[in-house]
Amino acid sequence: MKTDIVLAGVGGQGILSVATILGVAALKESLNIKQAEVHGMSQRGGDVQSNLRISSEPIASDLIPTGKADLILSLEPMEALRYLPLLSREGWIVTSTAPFVNIPNYPDMSSIEAELKGAGNVVAFDMEAMAKAIASPRSVNMILLGAASPFIEMETAEIEAAIAGVFSPKGENIVEANIKAFRAGREEALSQINKK
Amino acid sequence: MKTKKLLLGDEALALGAINAGLSGAYGYPGTPSTEIMEYVQASPVAAERKIHSHWSSNEKTAYEEALGMSYAGKRSIVTMKHVGLNASADAFVNSGMTGANGGMLVMVADDPSMHSSQNEQDSRFYGDFAFIPVLEPSDQQEAYDMAGYGFELSEKFGIPVIIRMVTRLSHSRATVDVDDLPMAENNIHFPADGRQWVLMPANSRRRYVQLLEDYDKMEADSESSTYNRYIDAADKSLGIVVNGIAYNYLMELFPQGCPFPVMKISQYPLPRKQLRRLAAECDRILVVEEGQPFIEKSLRGVLDEGMKISGKLDGTIVRTGELNPDRVREGLLKLRPDLNALHLNDVRAASESIVARPPSLCKGCGHRDVYQALNEALANYENPRVFGDIGCYTLGYLAPFNALHTVLDMGASITMAKGASEAGVHPAVAVIGDSTFTHSGMTGLLDAINEDSNMLVIISDNLTTGMTGGQESQGTGKIEQICLGLGLDPERLHTIDSLPKNHDEMLALFRNTIDCQGLSVVVSRRECIQTARRHGAHRGPKTQ
Repeated sequence: MKTDIVLAGVGGQGILSVATILGVAALKESLNIKQAEVHGMSQRGGDVQSNLRISSEPIASDLIPTGKADLILSLEPMEALRYLPLLSREGWIVTSTAPFVNIPNYPDMSSIEAELKGAGNVVAFDMEAMAKAIASPRSVNMILLGAASPFIEMETAEIEAAIAGVFSPKGENIVEANIKAFRAGREEALSQINKK
Repeated sequence: MKTKKLLLGDEALALGAINAGLSGAYGYPGTPSTEIMEYVQASPVAAERKIHSHWSSNEKTAYEEALGMSYAGKRSIVTMKHVGLNASADAFVNSGMTGANGGMLVMVADDPSMHSSQNEQDSRFYGDFAFIPVLEPSDQQEAYDMAGYGFELSEKFGIPVIIRMVTRLSHSRATVDVDDLPMAENNIHFPADGRQWVLMPANSRRRYVQLLEDYDKMEADSESSTYNRYIDAADKSLGIVVNGIAYNYLMELFPQGCPFPVMKISQYPLPRKQLRRLAAECDRILVVEEGQPFIEKSLRGVLDEGMKISGKLDGTIVRTGELNPDRVREGLLKLRPDLNALHLNDVRAASESIVARPPSLCKGCGHRDVYQALNEALANYENPRVFGDIGCYTLGYLAPFNALHTVLDMGASITMAKGASEAGVHPAVAVIGDSTFTHSGMTGLLDAINEDSNMLVIISDNLTTGMTGGQESQGTGKIEQICLGLGLDPERLHTIDSLPKNHDEMLALFRNTIDCQGLSVVVSRRECIQTARRHGAHRGPKTQ
């Protein structure tokens, strides 16, 4: 198996925890991992991305070449589009549709929606709204992880175990909230895929 | 026994050092090197062994502290970003002359693409200049392994060794096989020949001759190093030289193996014999380097009349920014358009909707209050100039504040404002953070105090080293004492909390201090919102 994932978002949104959890789960399954992330200045509200490569074979580059990504996972719709050339023709975009507006010239949402629609394989929904609806507003990134999980050849139980492992220092309630969010995201993605 | 661990390149390096008998880690935070020290600070083995891991005031003090531990016979590391090596350059270059006793590793992380830096300087030039060997890991496993190997190399030649990291390796995670048991630490033992540790001219002259002889031996070591690999292949029409992480990008393009011979360089001084072999066997050479064209320049020399060499200097490989598989692919295709498998087809077009999203100061950050009040205070002057410094508050240059006119290096806000004030600029204002102030601002402030320079210094104190993620700041709790200790007139020292409710008071304070003839210092204080959140979550409200 080989899955190349671009994780996108705005600094502070929590995409790196998504990468961390997938990394922990992949290590458990004895898969090879390379995960490049950005620290420093851009974390202050700028666009951030992480390249996560998981493979049963050795991985050479920490960065994904143009046209080779299988997945773009994003917590923000415009950020999902920023890395389009990296995505293969068959690749999927999984993104939240809730815009994060911290710039004065944020583009018109209708053009973003139209481009997302034209991009082909897309799972898109308002993950912030879902997080609020399930009373777990701080677990938006776990909803994204859940929505991505149908596209990643890894055991769901292994990913859930990794979520539990990462959040266990924060207590049982936090673990449960995050697993609930993961499952809600997965369910929504599965229903959107089935409609296609 | 070995265990698999998922580690950042920085963490692999730190763990490698701990497992190789590290006794002391020293450093100053700087992206992308910060996580090396943070890993030591969080390590249970380090805690149990009481391995030193406190941050230092700047890279120079850190460097000298690490060298002191090496002098005493123990293994030490010093960590910094590439520009930190400039700050410690006096100690660094002269440590080539003193040499090392216990193994000493200079872990320096370069930042090609300037993700979070002022320039793209390449630390390999420093190694060459100071006759200090350089190791350059190509992946996280090599980062781990090279810590132990580097200590051995350092002790074998009695000299510090640079481990050159780059952003993509420092901040990329991979599975690494690590030893389960750490080696024992060295005992205290002093250098056999103490003369070279006293760099007076007579000693230095003798030592320099020795150092040059040693450098030849270090080159011989590079020739036989397993980290410098000549990987032969059938097609000799091209030979490729790669350094460190660039090797991975090349391999990404050729999953079945590169059809051309490859010389992978990860240890310097350059193994000239092996490079000559590549040149003798191949029709032309392509140099693919992460960083500045250090190897390429060495190969070309001044005359550059030998075989055809391509790389960054002739534009085959993009000169600026970090490498990636695409940039290496494009470079190869320029030379060899016949490599059909490398041509891309059917790539998705870039989005037309996206716009840039630059970083900005956090909501609730005290630097915001400073810039807001400062901009208002300066609005009445014809030509005010604000000299900035290195840290989160550098973002004051961007909209909405557009408040800064210069940013050079750590501490330069105060000294550049001083020079400008002496040129007749008024108002001349310096904005510096607390950690940057104790790093390199204090000496400049002493200059300004001694001459009562006509300027305002704002020390925007957020009680931490914010930009790098909230490491302890060496001046916390004593900024005012430091200013007074340097001789500042207490009447010229003002303190204010940077809070929105204090806006009018801060504005008035800035106006008054700008109009006051001579030097004024305003310490504006508010805990970093990021560290405040963490403190709130873990320890409850801060009580100090």
